[in-house]
Amino acid sequence: MSTIIEVTDVSKSYGGVVANKDISMTVQQGGITGLIGPNGSGKTTLFNSIVGYHPIDSGSIKFEDREISKLQVPQIARLGLLRTFQQTRIYGEMNGVQNMLISQPHRKMSLRDAFTVNTKEDYDRADHLLEFVGLYEKRFLQSGSLSFGQQKLLEFAMALMNEPTCLLLDEPTAGINPTLINGLIDRLKRANSEFGITLFIIEHNMRVIMNMADHIYCLAHGEMLAQGTPAEIQNDQRVVDAYLGAH
Amino acid sequence: MTIAKPVFYLLLVAFIIAAPLLFPNFGTQLATLWLMIIVALTWDMTGGQMGYNSLGNIFFYGTGMYVCAVIGIGIAYPIAEYTNAAGGGIYKFTDTQYFLGAILGIIGAGFFCSLCALIIGYFTFSLRGPYFAIGTLGVAIAAGELVSNWDWVGGGQGIALPVYPYDLDQGKLFFYYLFAVTGVVLFLFLKWMYKTRFGAAINAIRDDEEKAEAMGIHTLRYKLTTWSISAFFVGVAGGISAYQLIHFEPLETAYQTINLGIFMVVCVLLGGKGTLWGPIVGAILFQIFKEVTWNYLLGWQWVALGALIVVTVVYFQDGLMGWLKTTKPEWFGIRVEESSDGGAKA
Amino acid sequence: MDQILGNLGLLFEFPVVNLKIIIDGVMIGALFALAAYGLALVWGVMNVKNLAQGDFVIAGGYIAWWLTGLGVYPLLGVPLAFVLMWGLGWIIYKLVIARVIERDLFTSLLATFGIAIMMAQLLNLLFGSDTQSVNLGFETLFFFDGFVDVPIAKLIGVCMAAVLATCVIVFMKYSRMGQAIRATAQDARAARVLGIDTEKVYAFTFSLNAAICGAAGAIIVMVWVIQPFYGITYAIRAFVIVTAAGLGNLPGVIAAGLGIGALEQYGSHIFGIGYQQAIAVLLLLLVLVFRMIQQRRSRQVLK
Repeated sequence: MSTIIEVTDVSKSYGGVVANKDISMTVQQGGITGLIGPNGSGKTTLFNSIVGYHPIDSGSIKFEDREISKLQVPQIARLGLLRTFQQTRIYGEMNGVQNMLISQPHRKMSLRDAFTVNTKEDYDRADHLLEFVGLYEKRFLQSGSLSFGQQKLLEFAMALMNEPTCLLLDEPTAGINPTLINGLIDRLKRANSEFGITLFIIEHNMRVIMNMADHIYCLAHGEMLAQGTPAEIQNDQRVVDAYLGAH
Repeated sequence: MTIAKPVFYLLLVAFIIAAPLLFPNFGTQLATLWLMIIVALTWDMTGGQMGYNSLGNIFFYGTGMYVCAVIGIGIAYPIAEYTNAAGGGIYKFTDTQYFLGAILGIIGAGFFCSLCALIIGYFTFSLRGPYFAIGTLGVAIAAGELVSNWDWVGGGQGIALPVYPYDLDQGKLFFYYLFAVTGVVLFLFLKWMYKTRFGAAINAIRDDEEKAEAMGIHTLRYKLTTWSISAFFVGVAGGISAYQLIHFEPLETAYQTINLGIFMVVCVLLGGKGTLWGPIVGAILFQIFKEVTWNYLLGWQWVALGALIVVTVVYFQDGLMGWLKTTKPEWFGIRVEESSDGGAKA
Repeated sequence: MDQILGNLGLLFEFPVVNLKIIIDGVMIGALFALAAYGLALVWGVMNVKNLAQGDFVIAGGYIAWWLTGLGVYPLLGVPLAFVLMWGLGWIIYKLVIARVIERDLFTSLLATFGIAIMMAQLLNLLFGSDTQSVNLGFETLFFFDGFVDVPIAKLIGVCMAAVLATCVIVFMKYSRMGQAIRATAQDARAARVLGIDTEKVYAFTFSLNAAICGAAGAIIVMVWVIQPFYGITYAIRAFVIVTAAGLGNLPGVIAAGLGIGALEQYGSHIFGIGYQQAIAVLLLLLVLVFRMIQQRRSRQVLK
């Protein structure tokens, strides 16, 4: 396994508040890496630094050995580093299939390719992925009218349609009905194994991340607290303390 | 349904061809209607389909006029000498010079405006929402002011082009068909473009640009392409107008920011933003409103137009097509979840 | 080109010319700053970008000019324009603005553009398209062997602008309404929860803005000229100033206003009076590009 994302000594503060301090971590190609931490530990700040939503104060972020900490959001996305949003973002006015067709990997298209009509293969792929997330029956409904959980699944299917090299998921299970979480975990795992997509998941829910990730980083108070396999993290007293707030 | 469509389009084409012959007294108005349709359709490309509301598309119209005039005159005489004489009537154009100049000028206007759109867009497309609207408005106003100070193209006096060399009624037909052909080509192009992946991508930019960026869509490239195509057609329309009007000046005719520049927006809003037929329907409605107020409201027509803008924007912003979409969603193939019990079947 | 170089040379040959330009610029800039402050107020409080700003200014000017024609003492035109424009602002708010506040920004921009066109055309119908001004009949002071001329009327105008600005600032800072306005600007929902009638605040703010613009226009008609179609450039100047200074930054607005006044005077001195409008607009584009580069550095866009 080779390193796909490499974060080295990244610091970021808002005014006087230090959100990230000297964070270093790596995401391995083909694996599922998790990032956990209690509320306010700086998870989302780190996530936003990687995808390019704000500048970082110091340090370096590399994607496939390319420095990306100075690039703009669209440039980073075009390298194949894709993200989903915590507050799900889909095109509510369009139906499921249209949402999927928009998500084709435009970054791989020349302008001439873009000026072509979708082929039957595109429709088949869209249908296949919608079936994969279980939305096939609802594919012609206006997406805005779907439930929150279904929208989240649609966003996930859109991300898969985009053929990313690496997919960053921001709390994929937040706001989803607990009975559906197992199904989602299963699909994320299958996306990783069947489509070979590297996953980097921010998660608040310990149970979810323990079931999925093969390597976990834990943040607390803006600093890297611990890292290791799920078993190691689970047994790490510092992580338990951080979550229970026993300081 | 299958037979109705081709019949409809055939009738439409027949009507477009026959209209100026059926209503010979309205030749100029019909040509103006085509102009409105062209500018409305092109405005809708960025404003309606891509979500970038430009108030400065009139820049391309004015620039098209001037580029066309400079090329059309330039193939026969030096520009500076010609404008110095301010249409003194000493400059005669042969038929070949006239038509060659017009055709080269119109096409040249289109391409030059495309280029302008790329350059201006490179800067203005980093602006969002109201800043984009004000920035483009600024470009159009600045261009008008600068051109009116530029003596080489006649300054504030404007520029005069040669008159159509044959019968004037025939000339009216000539310009009508020039506009009509441009309009039909534009319509067919858009009808196809909105079906392509590119069309879907610019809709994605309109609905949620941040998401589109995060999905790796070449947002800037697509925005520039859309605007430069739109500018091409506006430039062509400007070029045709230049020859049709014979004489034009910078502030009131070419860079008429508060007239045509805002009319095109109103047309689109009246008909319905982001639809193919909306701008056309809106242009027709607007043109009728304008002709009626012009004939019956002596002097107050401008106030009426301002009022129309305000009323449209405040009370009827979705336009005719938007209204149809909300009342008859099934006509547009929109289906929603009937029983939204919130539970996803995973 | 030669003329431009000649004008530039003049600035270095006779340094007092600079002084004259700066004084002129600061005087007109003070009035721009007033209109810009009104815009910043409306923009900040109700997020409406008012393109009719300039036409409020011009309308105020015409009110003062018309009253003077009726025999009212010219200086009284300023408070009267303030009051009348307050009423007009309130009517426009109730008819149009109240219905576009919650909508997207382009709606308010376009609606106010429509208002701007209507107002300009109405003024044109009522008063004709000639340029107009009010002559106060005061003398002109000369300094530096006549190189620098300062009409007393202009001095009075600037003083009135300063008084008006001070009153508004004091009002915003200490009155209950002023506090309610500032609270609404920060967070309208929170203000509503705390029992502030935001609807009333909006109406008040918009009327106040129209009144400030009207008074500025009444001052402008005494020291410069107005014309029904000059409005849009004042609106653009107000946008330049607010974009450059940012919202809720009063010293910034004043500084930017004075600076833009001076820059415009320099521009029209160097390139000729015909370019004055163009320079105002080009300044807007410059400021936008500058702000854009600034935003890009922090990986953001201007929105």
